[in-house]
Amino acid sequence: MPSSAVTQARAWYWQRISAMVLTVFVGIHLAIMIIAIHGGLSASEILGRTQGSLAFGLFYTLFVLACAVHVPIGVAKIAQEWGHVSPGLARWIARMLTVAIVGMGFAAVWGVTVV
Amino acid sequence: MSLNAKSITVRVWRGTETGAFHTYTVPRFESQTILDVVTYVQRELDPSLSYRFACRVGMCGSCAMLVNGQARWTCRTHVSRVLVDTDVLEIAPLSNLPVIKDLATDMTVFFDKWAKAKGQFQGTRTRHETFAQVRPDSAERRAADAGIECIGCGVCYSSCDVVSWRPDYLGPAALNRAWTLANDVRDTNQLERLRAIAGDAGCHACHSHFLCTERCPKTISPTAGIAGLKKKVGRMAAKGEL
Repeated sequence: MPSSAVTQARAWYWQRISAMVLTVFVGIHLAIMIIAIHGGLSASEILGRTQGSLAFGLFYTLFVLACAVHVPIGVAKIAQEWGHVSPGLARWIARMLTVAIVGMGFAAVWGVTVV
Repeated sequence: MSLNAKSITVRVWRGTETGAFHTYTVPRFESQTILDVVTYVQRELDPSLSYRFACRVGMCGSCAMLVNGQARWTCRTHVSRVLVDTDVLEIAPLSNLPVIKDLATDMTVFFDKWAKAKGQFQGTRTRHETFAQVRPDSAERRAADAGIECIGCGVCYSSCDVVSWRPDYLGPAALNRAWTLANDVRDTNQLERLRAIAGDAGCHACHSHFLCTERCPKTISPTAGIAGLKKKVGRMAAKGEL
């Protein structure tokens, strides 16, 4: 069982690594959205571009994974500092968030790029 | 407020955790410090006022107080620097520490955290051996130099948001001390120290708000030291050495 020191050290570097990934990915995501909607865009046009696209599928799979790493670590900290919850409850909240983000995120990626 | 003003209105905290501000009128002098004002109140107006000071020249770190909402060393803070947009001085005990009486806080927790962060030097040489030679321009020595002038005044600890949210957090001063020792090539307690300062209540709780760095009267940057500790601990955890 890793000590709190090891757990926190790992959480720290995973949060930094995922933050670096998200910095680039959020930028690309926003740029694509702004460029894509020039001149108006319908849902069917979006799906026409994304369905069957390996690039979109890979990009958003990594995006979801980076979110699933980054968000729960941050929320667990906030829950402890501002919500004054116990470390055990904070860990539980983080795990639930990971499951929710991975579940909803991959469902969305699947729906937009595969189905 | 200009020097032409003949007097200063000063509100001073009286009581313990509960109490109230009492208002006094103190004559204005040239080059007057906040500590001069507090001393005047105690010696001339109300001898029951409790506060702490020793050296009066910015060396001992005992006179820090909350001046108009901001932690400062009172012996080196001129009244003119505080009374810029206001004519009233408000002097309170340091926040994030229990109040003993009036302006004197109980610093026990603050210094206990230095001990918890393994803030003691631990070497191997005795007085019978020669001095260790540390190059002044080595990276470790320069990193230690950047944080070594801490006087333990508690200004950073009082200013830290994370300490107010998590009372068990070691705080900027204790972690700054740990950082100077982590860069002391003579010290033999490195692993235990890094284990002690990592984790929930240690360096990983810091959000890099930089308030400690902004307020430190010795212009030390505990934030930089804490970031250094995070990197050091991170590297060791990645290698499985923590």
